[in-house]
Amino acid sequence: MNPKTEEPKEHWLKRLMDNTWLLLILGVMIPLLSYTLWGWIELLMIPPAPLP
Amino acid sequence: MSTSHTSSCSLDAPGAEARTCATTGLRVCLTAQQFIKLNAVAAIVFLLLGGIAAILLALTRWQAVHLLPVDWFYRILTFHGLNMLIFWILFFEVAVLYFTATTLLKSRLFSKGVAWVSFLMMLTGAVMTNIVILQGKADVMMTSYLPLLAHPLFYLGIILVAVGTLIAVFNFFATLYIAKRDKTYEGSLPLVTYGAMAAAVIAVIPLLHGAIVMVPTFTYSLGLTPEPDPMWYRMIWWGLGHMSQQVNVAAMVAIWYLIAYLAVGAKPLNETVCRGAFVLYILFINLAAAHHLLVDPGVSPAWKIWNTSYAMYLAVLASMIHAFTVPASVEVAMREKGHSRGIFGWIAGLPWRNPAFSAAVLSLLIFGFVGGITGVTLGTQQINIIAHNTLRIPGHFHATVVGGTTLAFMGLTYYVIPLIFRRDFIWRGLARAQPWLFGGGILLVSFGMSFAGSLGVARRVHDIEYAGVYGPAAHFFLGLLGIGAIIAVFALLLFVVLCVGTVLFGAKLGERPMTDWGAAEKTFDAPPAGSLAHAHWAMKGTMALTSVFLLSFVVYYFANWKALADVWPVQ
Repeated sequence: MNPKTEEPKEHWLKRLMDNTWLLLILGVMIPLLSYTLWGWIELLMIPPAPLP
Repeated sequence: MSTSHTSSCSLDAPGAEARTCATTGLRVCLTAQQFIKLNAVAAIVFLLLGGIAAILLALTRWQAVHLLPVDWFYRILTFHGLNMLIFWILFFEVAVLYFTATTLLKSRLFSKGVAWVSFLMMLTGAVMTNIVILQGKADVMMTSYLPLLAHPLFYLGIILVAVGTLIAVFNFFATLYIAKRDKTYEGSLPLVTYGAMAAAVIAVIPLLHGAIVMVPTFTYSLGLTPEPDPMWYRMIWWGLGHMSQQVNVAAMVAIWYLIAYLAVGAKPLNETVCRGAFVLYILFINLAAAHHLLVDPGVSPAWKIWNTSYAMYLAVLASMIHAFTVPASVEVAMREKGHSRGIFGWIAGLPWRNPAFSAAVLSLLIFGFVGGITGVTLGTQQINIIAHNTLRIPGHFHATVVGGTTLAFMGLTYYVIPLIFRRDFIWRGLARAQPWLFGGGILLVSFGMSFAGSLGVARRVHDIEYAGVYGPAAHFFLGLLGIGAIIAVFALLLFVVLCVGTVLFGAKLGERPMTDWGAAEKTFDAPPAGSLAHAHWAMKGTMALTSVFLLSFVVYYFANWKALADVWPVQ
């Protein structure tokens, strides 16, 4: 038997929590999309005020 | 944990530029030590400057004293905000990042050159900004909302600080990379380093926002580009201003875990749960910058509610997990040392003479009970309408950033100076009193601001007499704010004197361990270590304290809905 197959597989949540680079990407992307991009789009969609 | 002895970045490798700490037995990277010292010294200098500004402001808002003229009030307010919320905090956090990435992982710092670039950029930026403010060329307050316009060097200084910090964060991540590559540690990152990693991830977005908003404002101030849209400016600026405070939260929590271990030997009850809570911070805590735009007309209620709720309060859940696991792990550790009488008997045996420990406990209590409860409540869209731009807001964040973060950083300093500068603290009796004085003073500041704000007193206002609508109660609470500030600033000055005095005149430790501040004693009938790790009854005191916390939360939250309802009574 291949000894590699005997090693217990780590839970995906633990692998996620130990993956610094994935957390870095998610930690940047989530606020960038949810706060910045969404908010920016809403500001861009404001129609210009009609001048009196 | 085993360590590779052949890798180039391991502190155990032959020829590694490292020393062995006589107190902890840990290896200390000499390059990292140099930059921990530099950043810590710079941090404390900016803390001192911000503290001097604080007392001037408090004695102006205390209407009976009303110290500063109007122009100097806004000048000093700008100075205070930037020194306290940005410079002091960021320099100290860089020191924490360098420590947790090197000593705790047994790795050298990735690059000395990068550390120099980062430090010099941050220092140049901070000094430049301060000079411009004191020259009266940037009376725009910390937020510098457009169309208010400051001297170009004000914006350039902030850009330098933001980019310099981003470079330090890069150095931290690069150190994590080489440590993992060279297997200086095995398995997961230690929890304290993990918390620092969370803080570093959280720091990337605010620092990017700082660059995004400040660069076009800088070019506008030079007359090179058109004025950025003020609503856009507010949104992106708060991506810097509020998100950077979330870095503090993660760093502060990591320090709670560290001090609980150093002073009591407390180990997290369940590391996976603690890491999970840090992951929730990484994913969702930065969304809450939207709090500052709750009354802005440009963004929709959906955007406001989703973001201010930290994705339906998942980051609040994370804070509540930490606020439970830190005291629970301390309680279990104390019961395992034999302090198991009744529900709260373990509290009496805690090492209260250890200023790092008392600072961490006060930090946790003030952050949770005052800062946390007020923050979540004021961040509710409907309630925010009765609190926005009143003194209740600084009342909240003086509890989080000062009572929470600053006090935790002060606590850690009581270990940093003996372990890194290798000097024993002078005036140890005064050091033991310092966290209590500071914590007590800042509580009065927070209460004074919050209650005056509840009576309608606005923030960032030089003089409330012109309105003529505030009665004696508002003046009483502004007086309370002033008295609290006198106590807190006295304690801050005491902290600075203790630190500077120790670095200059403290007894040199050489190769001997630091004089212990005091750790929890073990009784003769203590159960075996680790025997209570899974005993639920062993954390009943923390359960009781948590119940008090949740009850306080409910009462405060619904009292605010009642206050809102009173604004528009239904007849």
